[in-house]
Amino acid sequence: MDTIKKITKQQLFLPFFCLLLVLLINLIKSPTFFNIGIQNGVLYGRLIDVLNRGSEIAILAVGQTLVVAVSAGTDISVGSVMSLSACGTCMMLAGYGVNSTTQLAVPMGIGILFGILLGGVCGCINGALVAKLKIQPMVATLILFTAARAIGLLLCNNQITYIRYEPYKYLGNFIPGCPIPTAIFVTIAVIIVVSIFLRKTALGLYIQSAGINSRAARISGINSALICFVCYVICGLCAGIAGMVASSRIYSADSNNIGLNYELDAILAVALGGNSLGGGKFNLAGAVVGAYTIQAITTTLLAMGVSTDQAPVIKAIIVVIIVVVQAPTFKEWLSNSEAKRRALAAEGGQKA
Amino acid sequence: MEQNELIVMRDIVKVFPGVVALDHAQLTLHKGEIHALMGENGAGKSTIIKCLTGVYERDAGEVYVQGVEGNVYNHSTEDAQRIGIATVYQEVNLCPNLSVAENLFIGREPVTRLGTIDWRSMNKKAKEIMDGLGIKVDVTVALENYSLAIQQMIAIARAVDMDCKVLILDEPTSSLDDHEVEKLFDVMRDLKKKGVGIIFVTHFLEQVYAVCDRITVMRNGGFVGDYSISELPRVKLVAAMLGKDFDDLASIKPEGDANISPEIMLKAEGLSHKGTVKPFDFEIHKGEVVGVTGLLGSGRSEMVRCIYGADRAQTGKEYMNGKEINIKAPIDAIKKGMAYLPDDRKADGCIGELSVRDNIILALQARNGMFKKVSRAKQIEIADKFIDMLQIKTASRETPLSQLSGGNQQKVILARWLCTHPDFLILDEPTRGIDIGTKTEFQKLILQFAKEGMSVVFISSEIEEMLRTCTRMCVMRDGEKVGEIEGDMTQESVMSAIAGGEK
Amino acid sequence: MKKINKFSGNTVLLLITIVLFVAMYAVGCVIYSAKGFTHVQTFLNLLITNAGLICVACGMTCVMLTGGIDISVGSLIAMDCMILAYGMGVKGWPCIPLIILILVIGLVFGAVQGYLIGYLKIQPFIITMAGMFFARGMTAVICTDQISITQDMNPMFYKWANAKINLPGFLGYVNKKGKTVVPFIRPTVVIALLVVAIIFFILKYTKFGRNLYAVGGNQQSATMMGLNVKATKMKAYILSSFLCSIGGICYCLNTMSGSVQQALGFEMNAIASSVIGGTLLTGGVGNVIGSLFGVLINGTISTLVTTNGKLLSSWSNIMTAALLCFFIILQSLFAYFKNRNNR
Repeated sequence: MDTIKKITKQQLFLPFFCLLLVLLINLIKSPTFFNIGIQNGVLYGRLIDVLNRGSEIAILAVGQTLVVAVSAGTDISVGSVMSLSACGTCMMLAGYGVNSTTQLAVPMGIGILFGILLGGVCGCINGALVAKLKIQPMVATLILFTAARAIGLLLCNNQITYIRYEPYKYLGNFIPGCPIPTAIFVTIAVIIVVSIFLRKTALGLYIQSAGINSRAARISGINSALICFVCYVICGLCAGIAGMVASSRIYSADSNNIGLNYELDAILAVALGGNSLGGGKFNLAGAVVGAYTIQAITTTLLAMGVSTDQAPVIKAIIVVIIVVVQAPTFKEWLSNSEAKRRALAAEGGQKA
Repeated sequence: MEQNELIVMRDIVKVFPGVVALDHAQLTLHKGEIHALMGENGAGKSTIIKCLTGVYERDAGEVYVQGVEGNVYNHSTEDAQRIGIATVYQEVNLCPNLSVAENLFIGREPVTRLGTIDWRSMNKKAKEIMDGLGIKVDVTVALENYSLAIQQMIAIARAVDMDCKVLILDEPTSSLDDHEVEKLFDVMRDLKKKGVGIIFVTHFLEQVYAVCDRITVMRNGGFVGDYSISELPRVKLVAAMLGKDFDDLASIKPEGDANISPEIMLKAEGLSHKGTVKPFDFEIHKGEVVGVTGLLGSGRSEMVRCIYGADRAQTGKEYMNGKEINIKAPIDAIKKGMAYLPDDRKADGCIGELSVRDNIILALQARNGMFKKVSRAKQIEIADKFIDMLQIKTASRETPLSQLSGGNQQKVILARWLCTHPDFLILDEPTRGIDIGTKTEFQKLILQFAKEGMSVVFISSEIEEMLRTCTRMCVMRDGEKVGEIEGDMTQESVMSAIAGGEK
Repeated sequence: MKKINKFSGNTVLLLITIVLFVAMYAVGCVIYSAKGFTHVQTFLNLLITNAGLICVACGMTCVMLTGGIDISVGSLIAMDCMILAYGMGVKGWPCIPLIILILVIGLVFGAVQGYLIGYLKIQPFIITMAGMFFARGMTAVICTDQISITQDMNPMFYKWANAKINLPGFLGYVNKKGKTVVPFIRPTVVIALLVVAIIFFILKYTKFGRNLYAVGGNQQSATMMGLNVKATKMKAYILSSFLCSIGGICYCLNTMSGSVQQALGFEMNAIASSVIGGTLLTGGVGNVIGSLFGVLINGTISTLVTTNGKLLSSWSNIMTAALLCFFIILQSLFAYFKNRNNR
């Protein structure tokens, strides 16, 4: 009993438990889920698909975790920013108003850098509104939630811009000769860079201090507002990178569909990772595992014939369940009823 | 219960996790009486009132209210209002965005026959009430347009208008000026004539003697005594509050003669923070321990917050080691070698969910800057050193701070500052809520720091502690530095300085 | 005693809004007078196209007064439209029961959200965001295709949608053929204006309305003064979702179709309308008249963009977002100066 309690108290318990649960359901429903084969020289299979398609969510979850920890609010603009970055890159690469190209207008590296920086700029706007003007994070990010997608459309002249240039497809697909999807490498790189940054600098400590008790953090000499701003910028950059991957998959910029509903997935990944949406301590690894869990759920739903439009229903219900369980009022109610039950049991025991 | 007793509270016990806030406290209120409730910070004044008004539920004890059968349990402020107990708190509990009239009547608005709010009669009644108090306000204007003092008067008017038989005023005068206080007193005397019992919590001694009939003194959650105003002169009241029986006060000399160097460590000229502390001058020598004394709310904490930059000073200049320094935020002060142990440990000190280690190295890390991370090995070394040195009782250095007891939390915060090796250390109530043994340790530490050349500002509610450690004391009253005491300090001289001129 | 200035920052904000609307409309009249911008009908069309938004903005204002927010409204409208379109178009059900169903769904949806926010004290944004994805997902569950409601499917609904209420003729204009074109409105405009009037009345003259302000002004004080904060909050969200259902019906009467992509970003328009109309994000200040002007500004922006013809439609989204951003910054500037003066 005690060991079970110890295990369930681990922070990584929730995400791993959910992941196992999803995998178990798949194992029962369709044993082929775990088959991994090689087709045309690349790895192939549902599991690979989850790892591959989950990349964007995992990258977004990294940034979102920091934002949640520092400001007790979420950045709901990430999906739209993804789309804006993708549009920005494609516009740079193809030139304004060109809707399909095989010749790049600028070197690919510059285009991609531009897209990622565009994400960073969005992060700056969000960060300034939240950290400097003290606006509730979700209202502040709502502005870009709507506007970023619309600006993306403008950049692409209201059409889908195709980049028919082989190397551009590498990021979201495969580099010739490598059987593993490139997106997985990108995700690993992002996670490693951010964790190294957190580990080698004191940013992690600052974020948690500012998120838990910003007054005490200030007295101890931490510039809470600046830390908050930095987190939003990182989140914006992550969204930019995720946008690159998503755009590369379809070698185009489809402003209306890139990153659609990804904000929900990213927030859900953070919550599933055992992070409180009320801010404070955070666990990056949990969020990443949470992200792949979400993708596993999505893939499973798709396999069961649920369309991408319909999947949010189930995810929304999961979000509500998680936040209800996390809510202090609910915990209080639970412990009260437990105490009552114990008291009743004790009373019953005495009577007997 | 006797005929003219309105409220009798006996043997009230209230326990918060880890703290006994009320230990067999008692309070008796008579009809037509203004009853002062006195005590230092943490004495339990607010807690006993909140137990009466239903904000907290008591763990033991009896409460009897006139006209109500048996032992009374209030579960919410509404319950208390229903049996005629109205409360006005120190912080104004009104809605700033609503009009004055609405604030007076919300929850019980006059309605027309159709059940809609009758604005005209509401405004008319509100005007009558405010005119009755002699306050000229436009009742249709939003509350936020008026000064805090008027807002406070409106809060009182709301309570008074609800036909209460018991009115509790919890430090209502802190935002009022003399003229307004006088107006409030008139209202109070008027109510007294009507037979209303008033419990008046304040830390202004003059006001107690101006308007009250009886005084209940509390200390450390317990009951000290119930006195009539004539039998308790001012100095005796202070003695009762601070817990020193006046007769056996022995003069305590500072233990160690500190080696104060003539070098001035820090000098402040005309620093002030609007609304909390009036312009003051301050200087401290190297190796000196200076006390700041005054009753709660006298501005003693606000003064040091202003020096440290926790509240940014609006006027004045600061010099450290003879050079002018510009302090905009705490980080500037830290970089100049200052350290500040705040009095509100929970709100300003603890990062509860983080480990003891993280909490200890926080300020050092902040001073180093984000990119010069204190290595893990170094962190462990520092944490272990201070856990050992200050004898912090913790399961491990990785235990979350919130799981430690109050005294040990305080030591962790102290360690946070000591590891930055400050030249100038401000300790605001470091010994509050700490057991006697630890208190002595703290005092020894302070003297030791001074010997090592550190300048220390020490604030404590317990004068004895300060007499032992300080060579000089600044006296604060009503947000103003009123003087300094030096040389031959006794408990008596300090107390009379705090209490102000005897009338 | 100094005289209290009744022109507080909030009144100034509302004034800015009205001036902005008049100015924008005037600019439109000057630039696009050739395209019929000066006709009364253009203004009436503004009301007709935005009838749904007016209802939703009223509900949003009530929620925002308590200091909360409801971002589920756009998706809820999509779901409502889909239920109507699917029910009438595919199943051939009569419209009255469908409308009742939608109103009930609004109440239940709001009650669930309100309970979670009011009683379990979960951040309103998270709950209503879950609601937003839930409703959008449910729309897709009902049907993933776009369904149009035609006259054959439900003549009664079609008749309502195309009913014209003519205004006095002198407001009209004479067209090129020399015939007088009489300006008209649709029944949805009447519904929307009725909603504005009722909510205005509720906010001003009922205890519930005043409690909304009190809760937004200072939640702790409201509790201390003996108001039921939890119930007030829950009712606010019920009201919002219910008005959203009414708005959904108006919206459907206007578009006569249902699809998953419908009313995307509508929550943004509703929030922007409220904020532009002087409702504070922090709660406690605002009224529906301001929100009505907010909606009109929103509508004018999109009318200007469409009248231009060359601009992309996404410009109206960007303009709205920019305007929201501008007003949010204005609000926090006002709050900053107020705090500084008080201290």
